[in-house]
Amino acid sequence: MHPTRIRSRLAAAIAALASPVALANPERWQLNLSPGVTASSQAAYEMHMIMLWICVAIGVVVFGAMTYAMIRFRKSKGAVPDTSFTHSTRIEVIWTTIPVLILVAMAWPATTRLLALADTRDYEMTVKITGYQWRWRYEIVDYRGQAQDINFVSSLDLDSNRTRMLGSGLDPRAVQRDGVNTYLLDVDRPLVLPTDTKVRFLITANDVIHAWWVPALGWKQDAIPGFINTAWTDIRKPGIYRGQCAELCGKDHGFMPIVVRAVPRAEFEQWLADNGGTLPPGDLLATTADGPAAASAGSL
Amino acid sequence: MATHSATHDDHDHKPQGFLDRWLFTTNHKDIGTLYLVWSLIMFLVGGAMAMVIRAELFQPGLQLVHPEFFNQMTTMHALVMIFGAVMPAFVGLANWMIPLQIGAPDMALPRMNNWSFWLLPFAFFLLLVTLVLPGGAPQAGWTLYPPLSLQGGYSIAFTIFAIHLMGISSIMGAINIIATILNMRAPGMDLLKMPLFTWTWLITAFLLIAVMPVLAGAVTMLLTDKFFGTSFFNAAGGGDPVLFQHVFWFFGHPEVYIMILPAFGIISEIIPTFSRKPLFGYQAMVYATASIAFLSFIVWAHHMFTVGMPVGAQLYFMYATMLIAVPTGVKVFNWVATMWRGSLTFETPMLFALGFVIMFTIGGFSGLMLAIVPADYQYHDTYFVVAHFHYVLVTGAIFGIMAGVYYWLPKWTGFMYDEKLGKIHFWWSTISVNVLFFPQHFLGLAGMPRRIPDYNVAFAEFNMISSIGGFAFGLAQVFFVYVLWKASRAGVKATDQVWEGAKGLEWTVPSPAPHHTFQRPPVIDDSKLAHGDVTH
Repeated sequence: MHPTRIRSRLAAAIAALASPVALANPERWQLNLSPGVTASSQAAYEMHMIMLWICVAIGVVVFGAMTYAMIRFRKSKGAVPDTSFTHSTRIEVIWTTIPVLILVAMAWPATTRLLALADTRDYEMTVKITGYQWRWRYEIVDYRGQAQDINFVSSLDLDSNRTRMLGSGLDPRAVQRDGVNTYLLDVDRPLVLPTDTKVRFLITANDVIHAWWVPALGWKQDAIPGFINTAWTDIRKPGIYRGQCAELCGKDHGFMPIVVRAVPRAEFEQWLADNGGTLPPGDLLATTADGPAAASAGSL
Repeated sequence: MATHSATHDDHDHKPQGFLDRWLFTTNHKDIGTLYLVWSLIMFLVGGAMAMVIRAELFQPGLQLVHPEFFNQMTTMHALVMIFGAVMPAFVGLANWMIPLQIGAPDMALPRMNNWSFWLLPFAFFLLLVTLVLPGGAPQAGWTLYPPLSLQGGYSIAFTIFAIHLMGISSIMGAINIIATILNMRAPGMDLLKMPLFTWTWLITAFLLIAVMPVLAGAVTMLLTDKFFGTSFFNAAGGGDPVLFQHVFWFFGHPEVYIMILPAFGIISEIIPTFSRKPLFGYQAMVYATASIAFLSFIVWAHHMFTVGMPVGAQLYFMYATMLIAVPTGVKVFNWVATMWRGSLTFETPMLFALGFVIMFTIGGFSGLMLAIVPADYQYHDTYFVVAHFHYVLVTGAIFGIMAGVYYWLPKWTGFMYDEKLGKIHFWWSTISVNVLFFPQHFLGLAGMPRRIPDYNVAFAEFNMISSIGGFAFGLAQVFFVYVLWKASRAGVKATDQVWEGAKGLEWTVPSPAPHHTFQRPPVIDDSKLAHGDVTH
């Protein structure tokens, strides 16, 4: 490889590690978790970084002491063993107590963030997600108090599907959309969600256990037949966020991606109206059209 | 004098004839050898499966195998490595070394010992034959989560019977080890004078007896769900798929410690020997091991943070899991303190032990990160987890086993292995294993799920690096086999003590250890024991 290319890649890798900007989708040479585009992903990222730096600090102390011992106490340098140094209650109390304090310092921010993540109240929209072998079904259940009847299946895009066949001879690098490689991370019909809206998900499965995961949203949740799990998100930034099934679900587990297209509320309501959804009464879009009654009639 | 009574009955009395020597053997050393050879073979079989996995993941796109076969490889790789390589290796080391360490003439139950071993080839025949049966091997992952694990053909029945046999073998092995340690110690070998390897195995054996029946129960329920119309885990029949995960991980988490506690014991033998200084905080080490074993029973659901547990349960399992860092930290600090003001040399066993301490600790750090629920929502079921458990199992458990093998090999064969080749094996393994597993942290953080046969182009670079590391690590283990083969045939004659700083009864018998040792109990001289002085 050409040295300047290596240098530019290294620079990209370092930027990826240090950069606070949201990386929405996986990048080449990505080293670190992305802060994502929701409060949940921000919480996961913060806990990750807190833990990482505490572990690095402990590692520097422990491995530093080990390295010092390996250099300083070599027999070849004439080190004589101090066979009486085999026990010290004081040291042992210290190195039991300090880790407990560090753990408390870790548990506190983790607990507050987890409690916030677990709060699914005050949602404005509900989406039911059902995992199948090997695709996802999305049902828009309600939006701002209005029951909805939008229901569709989202499967791996044809381009990726052709390319991924054993011995297809097709190049995964050629699977692109808008200059981004979307190999195995693209679908025929993405889930469209409004930004700045608390969306509650009801997650289940029809056959085996799957897990719905979009890294930029900050969590994954198992989809289990016979159970309905809840989760929520509130996306801050419009964009296209890609993810994958995260629980082994059979031969095509690697081939059931998730794509969320987050759009501003007005655009979402347009999408809802275009797809036969019911707009809430008094809504800007609904009233500028032929009124709420006409909008709901459109869904019939 | 210990040496006198040990050498007194030095005429060998080995059974003549291959079958009498190996098939009908009741000798702890021969059974130990059988276990160790078996585990080495399974290590190569499981390693070959890992090579298939890394070859397919070398670049994006499917080039070599179908996804179904890829899933069979990940499932079988795990089952073979856990039940075929790591666990039998530790039982082999226990068979060889525990009687020698406590001054016993053999294991307490020698005939059962024979049976414990000879169940294994049958168990693995059942497991491995599924590869050539219609429908192929199990492909639902080693965790066998229903409903997926019930979707395949008959391979699940073969797998379940194989697990039953392995479980019976493990339980009998554990009973034997407990009976030996509690009943057959030489007079004067008090519990708190026992070497750490014997101590960690005593605790591990209790874990095995507690959890192997739980696994047997869980897989039996799978069997009846599949073939006899029950609905333990079938939601449509009123059952609960998550129940399986709870029961499985009630076995699975202690199982993780079954695979690491004996390695802690080995490391606690090696570091003092090559530091020429007694183990720091011997009693703290024993109690830390017992604490880890206790905690292992109450943390199982940290494998299940994304199944939809109540937040109170998540908090409990997070706190309980974080607590394990305290006794584990005590162990690491004690190893470092043992080296402190020592007189260190760096023969191959010591290199592997130091590699263990550093890389196991790295695996411990990622384990602590995984305990944090909000972060685990991102890490769970990604390559970050794959990196984590390979650091604790490969550079942890397997490096511990390799350290133990180099440490005791001269006692077994009577020859010193080739030190230069041993060091080459260590450095080759250590560099390649980090090239193999460290980039997997990055892949997981960037969003690559585990158990997928193909991936987006963004993950291509680190996967290729990881695969190159994998092939190099695989080759290093073929080299390891050569080093062992060479050391078993010829070399510099080993002394009885083998290592300058070695202490304990096993170093009082000749090298190679004769077929029968300690037929009369040795007279224990506290000053000759590693932990004869119980004040620490």
